[in-house]
Amino acid sequence: MKYVDEFRDREKAKVLVAEIETLVSEMDVSEDRPLHIMEICGGHTHSIFRYGIEGMLPKEIELVHGPGCPVCVLPMGRVDDCISIAERPDVIFTTFGDAMRVPGSKKSLMQAKGDGADVRMVYSPMDALQLARQHPDKEVVFFGLGFETTMPSTALTILQAEREGIANFSVFCNHITIVPTIKAILDSPDLRIDGFLGPGHVSMVIGMEPYEFIARAYKKPMVISGFEPLDVLQSLWMVLKQIKQGRAEIENQYARIVPEAGNASALSAVARVYELREHFEWRGLGSIDQSGVRLRDAYARFDAERKFAVPGVKIADPASCQCGEVLKGLIKPWQCKVFGTECTPEVPLGALMVSPEGACAAYYQYGGVKQHSVPKRGAA
Amino acid sequence: MNVIPFVRTRPRGRVNVPTVTLSHGGGGKAMKDLIDDVFVGAFDNPALAPLEDQARFDLAALTARGDRLAFTTDSFVVDPLFFPGGDIGKLAVCGTVNDLAVGGAVPLYLSCAVIIEEGMPLTTLRQIVQSMAAAAAEAGVAIATGDTKVVEKGACDKLFITTTGVGVIAPERDLGAHKARPGDAVLVNGLLGDHGAAILGARGDLALEAAIESDCAPLNGLIETLLAAAPGTRFLRDATRGGVATVLNEIADASQVAIEIDEAATPIRQEVKAFCEILGLDPLYLANEGKVVAITPPEEAEAALAAMKAHPLGGGAAMVGAVAEGQAGRVTMQTVFGGKRIVDMLVGEQLPRIC
Repeated sequence: MKYVDEFRDREKAKVLVAEIETLVSEMDVSEDRPLHIMEICGGHTHSIFRYGIEGMLPKEIELVHGPGCPVCVLPMGRVDDCISIAERPDVIFTTFGDAMRVPGSKKSLMQAKGDGADVRMVYSPMDALQLARQHPDKEVVFFGLGFETTMPSTALTILQAEREGIANFSVFCNHITIVPTIKAILDSPDLRIDGFLGPGHVSMVIGMEPYEFIARAYKKPMVISGFEPLDVLQSLWMVLKQIKQGRAEIENQYARIVPEAGNASALSAVARVYELREHFEWRGLGSIDQSGVRLRDAYARFDAERKFAVPGVKIADPASCQCGEVLKGLIKPWQCKVFGTECTPEVPLGALMVSPEGACAAYYQYGGVKQHSVPKRGAA
Repeated sequence: MNVIPFVRTRPRGRVNVPTVTLSHGGGGKAMKDLIDDVFVGAFDNPALAPLEDQARFDLAALTARGDRLAFTTDSFVVDPLFFPGGDIGKLAVCGTVNDLAVGGAVPLYLSCAVIIEEGMPLTTLRQIVQSMAAAAAEAGVAIATGDTKVVEKGACDKLFITTTGVGVIAPERDLGAHKARPGDAVLVNGLLGDHGAAILGARGDLALEAAIESDCAPLNGLIETLLAAAPGTRFLRDATRGGVATVLNEIADASQVAIEIDEAATPIRQEVKAFCEILGLDPLYLANEGKVVAITPPEEAEAALAAMKAHPLGGGAAMVGAVAEGQAGRVTMQTVFGGKRIVDMLVGEQLPRIC
């Protein structure tokens, strides 16, 4: 496939792996005291598992799979709210596909659909708006989900609905922003991260500046990375190079997509439509200040949270769940007490087992090459 | 001829209304007219002709062809009813023919039970039934008995078809999922994932236009060719729902072996790859309706591959991997990138990813 295969070239990968091995051999690290590099974004986690990248790296590098999977970190209480809207007889509830299986306290959207709710999978919020045009007698609600990657398309859809005067369209806004969460991870007292792979498509929107504090205040290197396997390897090499040279900078490996200043028109749509919430609940991480957005008052009529009364009940994560420790790199997924036993992709207890981009689900599905005893389904 | 002969007396009925209504399921003349006009005419064969409540077969004629009867059933519900490369009718015949053929059976007879939602246009129904007849002719099977029900609007989605099939297995054949041994070759007869991608594309709700046709086809001819060339073949299965990944996991589990496949050797159409890239899907899990996974002993692998390649439905055949020692029940893939990953069963169906 043109423009894709070039980034999956096995021979180039060999060269990069050799370079990484050389770098690591010159550093003061060992298998017992490895370097912890966190890929923040679930898209990177997916690529790492999809292409078996972890197994190609020297043992002195441990990848920590970060919180950048918007589906995974959605708290149960919000899913419950979502289902309460979806189950209204006058509502067509529209969502991205992978949000269908996220469990609420009682059921998922998939189960709600089975119980008779009109839940439809869409690929873009514009598809939801089209449904609203086609069904003027129904309330069409779009499940706004994701980081800055998807935030602008939801904002632009709301602006379009406003222009057309469409009254039966609204958004249940669960958009979140990654930077406060990176800060929360960096502030955690038991932090064990030596460097970051920065999110690619979030950065395409927000640019590089919002990450500067990571280098300045926390002295950690970050490389904004593309999603093809060669992108990931090259970015890892760039992070290691910074560590070796004692630098802590925000570098951009994904320059073919990410402009330094981000995307001005996307940012302006985002600023026009949303405002920061004081705090937002993340599954596995708890409440994080200013980590979510809601619709501004000027767009209240497109806000499903205001249009429909939702229960808004906060549901605590199960006590046995160790997602927070996995997210901070303190334990690997399979070291969690409930991994593969009480918590499986069929019945996920914790955030990271929910979506294929979640670290635990990825380990369960694709297996970690360095780790030899991921229980097969049915085994303990 | 292994069918009890019969002389027809009743004149064939005709339907003169444009759509199917509940009266066509009422058991009276309207139903008989529908069956006569739409089904009997199209399926026309000696086993069906008597229109008894059951088709009757001469046992001696069956036992002359083998020592075991293969018996299978499958229901078909597909949206949309027509898609590039096929329709529900073709699917319903090929699916059951293939389920018989992968057991080493020669498929002989099918039943056809349809549940029709009232309001279905007669032209649509005729088209689907003609398509069933054409697929049955291609596969060399007779649709020997059937049933028709009409349900109220909303009680089913347009049309559901259940086909049940019988075939005969020759004495020397003994295929089984538990028979894979380390060293065996893993073969497929062509490009993977076409059907799944064609259906997703044809639904239109993803607004993706891709010129991908379903691979829907009866595989009994190809399988006969394959088994003649590689009589030691351990196991065959058509890689339908869940795709090749699921079949390989079933084999690895049943035989308590590991299976290693090579992504670079896995035949997938560029359009299907691109389709999967955009939606975040994995083609190994996409459905096929004309693809068989074959496990053959290493010494017969080349002959099996050559035989498939020589068949019209096997031009893209490839050896995609091998059965290996290693963790029992585990399927791994050498990625194009040089890494290695586990290919597990899916939890549910694949869902497009958010970003």
